[in-house]
Amino acid sequence: MMIELKNIVKEYHLGLETVHALAGIDLNLDKNEYVAIMGPSGSGKSTLMNLLGCLDTPSEGEYHLNSQNVSEMSDDELAEIRNREIGFVFQNFNLLPRASSLHNVELPLIYNGTPASKRKELAEEALTKVGLSDRMHHRPNELSGGQRQRVAVARALVNNPAIILADEPTGNLDTRTGDEIMDLFEDLHDNGNTIIIVTHEEYIAEHSDRIIRLRDGRVERDEAR
Amino acid sequence: MIISLSELSEGFRIALHALKTNRLRTILTTLGILIGVVVITVIISVIQGMNTYVSGELSAIGTDNVFVTQYPWMINSWEEWLRVRGRPKIDSKHFEFIQEYATLAEVVAPEVATRRTVKYRNEDLTRVIIYGTTPGYMVLSDAMPEFGRFFNDSEMQHRRNVCVIGWEIADKLYKDVDPIGKRIKIGSQSFFILGVMEERGQLFDFSMDNNVLIPYTVFQKAFGKHRSLEIQAKAVNPELVEELKDELEELMRRTRGLKVGQENDFNINQQSQLMDVYNNLTKVLWIVLIGIGSIALLVGGIGIMNIMLVSVTERTREIGIRKALGAKRKVILLQFLVESMFISSIGVILGLLISIGLATAIKQASPIPVDISGWVALLGVGFTVTIGLFFGLYPASKASKLDPIEALRYE
Ligand SMILES: Nc1ncnc2c1ncn2[C@@H]1O[C@H](COP(=O)(O)OP(=O)(O)O)[C@@H](O)[C@H]1O
Ligand SMILES: [Mg+2]
Repeated sequence: MMIELKNIVKEYHLGLETVHALAGIDLNLDKNEYVAIMGPSGSGKSTLMNLLGCLDTPSEGEYHLNSQNVSEMSDDELAEIRNREIGFVFQNFNLLPRASSLHNVELPLIYNGTPASKRKELAEEALTKVGLSDRMHHRPNELSGGQRQRVAVARALVNNPAIILADEPTGNLDTRTGDEIMDLFEDLHDNGNTIIIVTHEEYIAEHSDRIIRLRDGRVERDEAR
Repeated sequence: MIISLSELSEGFRIALHALKTNRLRTILTTLGILIGVVVITVIISVIQGMNTYVSGELSAIGTDNVFVTQYPWMINSWEEWLRVRGRPKIDSKHFEFIQEYATLAEVVAPEVATRRTVKYRNEDLTRVIIYGTTPGYMVLSDAMPEFGRFFNDSEMQHRRNVCVIGWEIADKLYKDVDPIGKRIKIGSQSFFILGVMEERGQLFDFSMDNNVLIPYTVFQKAFGKHRSLEIQAKAVNPELVEELKDELEELMRRTRGLKVGQENDFNINQQSQLMDVYNNLTKVLWIVLIGIGSIALLVGGIGIMNIMLVSVTERTREIGIRKALGAKRKVILLQFLVESMFISSIGVILGLLISIGLATAIKQASPIPVDISGWVALLGVGFTVTIGLFFGLYPASKASKLDPIEALRYE
């Protein structure tokens, strides 16, 4: 099992009130699964993604990633796991606005010490893979929304991580460009990556092999397709 | 964890970029640092220059010479003046007594002075200093006649009206003639010129060549005995200066008939006392230096801290992105430290340039040799770099501890 969540609880304290963003989640994911996470707004999808992506740690429960207990790791250990194992694609792209596509894609490689020449080669390769070989030196504000998200996908895959996490990656895109991005995820899945994607749209979820529906911080339904 | 080369160069890249986009803000921020560097380096250099200048000038007084005087060289208060003003004069008896009994003095000479108009034919010079002394003057002042000769003991004992004139007198009064063998009128008396002293230059603003030397015996005959003498002595060996001072004190007390417990009614002085006074004056400068310098550096440091806090806030989202992609705390810390060091370095470099300019200007406008020496520059740099690091540390550590999720969500 690649990912094992055991009774994961995530609480937020707002004054005297306690919000249970996640109220006990048990979940297992295998290598090379393609999973869609769905659910109404506020049901805990993003919170779950942040935990899966090691950006956050749970209030209770255990998270094992490749048999390592992630729930008790330090900030820096988590940073290393994120760099090595996980590629993120965000709804709002989260690119560095003043850096070129190439530099944005190079970032994960900078933080694992890949030498400069190798870095450039890998980043160019990743950008070519997403069809942006002619946009290497453009900055995000010189690119369309679809192109920006492609840069983000290139950045997510450049380090060859096992897991790609995408939180509403098509949320800010029109249907056609959204479909193009989904095609990229299909390719990644075909190459053996594990894909976890949060979406509102049934037609996006249809790309996946398994749909997990959340409600009020719990798994409401978990179905293979 | 060691920071990799790629992480380090990314830190520099980010810092350069940030400074390029915020050029004006950066320059304004560095102003405090700049002023700090200028204050520290310029004031230290001025003090150093003044030290060189003053000790150079004071060396004309003779490091090992001891001076017995009626009053102290420096009177620091009205009370002190009231205490010393009734002291008896030092006269030729004291000098002769000391000359006879001092065992540790190589040379002893009296000096008594007045100002007179000197005249040759139709030309005159006013307010020329007339010194009454003995041939010992040459040793004590470390000055010899350039032309002719000094008066001798016999001429002194026989109270001959002979003199040796200073370089400036010869230059101004005997333009086209050889002064030796000529006569000079000092006040109402006529003197025979035996020699011309070598050129001695200035002690601060005071010319040491604008004078006439005559035997002190003649001086008393011509200008009266009412002036107090100053007795100068040079130790047989520089290491015996302190012993010589004790001996002179003892001899003076004996001639004066002072009893045990009675205060001295004269002073034993040395050039080093003037140096002490001068060093006390420079203490004030050091305090000013430390005061203004530390305020400027503090202001500069706070400026850097402020601008770095702004920078961290502005780039919260960027920090979130970098962390999500695997940047560890130390890497983010380094990134912002590099940036604050960059800012303070700009201040330091500009500050050093301005300091060098200022030092050159002071050097040209005054007799003080002001040079920014290597270690002063290093001190300025060291101080500022420390400040940059110290005040940059808080914002950088704040950035490094940001929660990635909150940072990513920051608008
Ligand atoms: N940092 C936070 N502080 C307080 N409450 C939070 C925080 N993050 C999420 N929540 C709450 O947790 C719940 C789940 O949020 P989220 O995971 O973002 O939902 P979704 O992504 O499914 O819309 C919501 O009620 C939200 O208000
Ligand atoms: Mg969400």
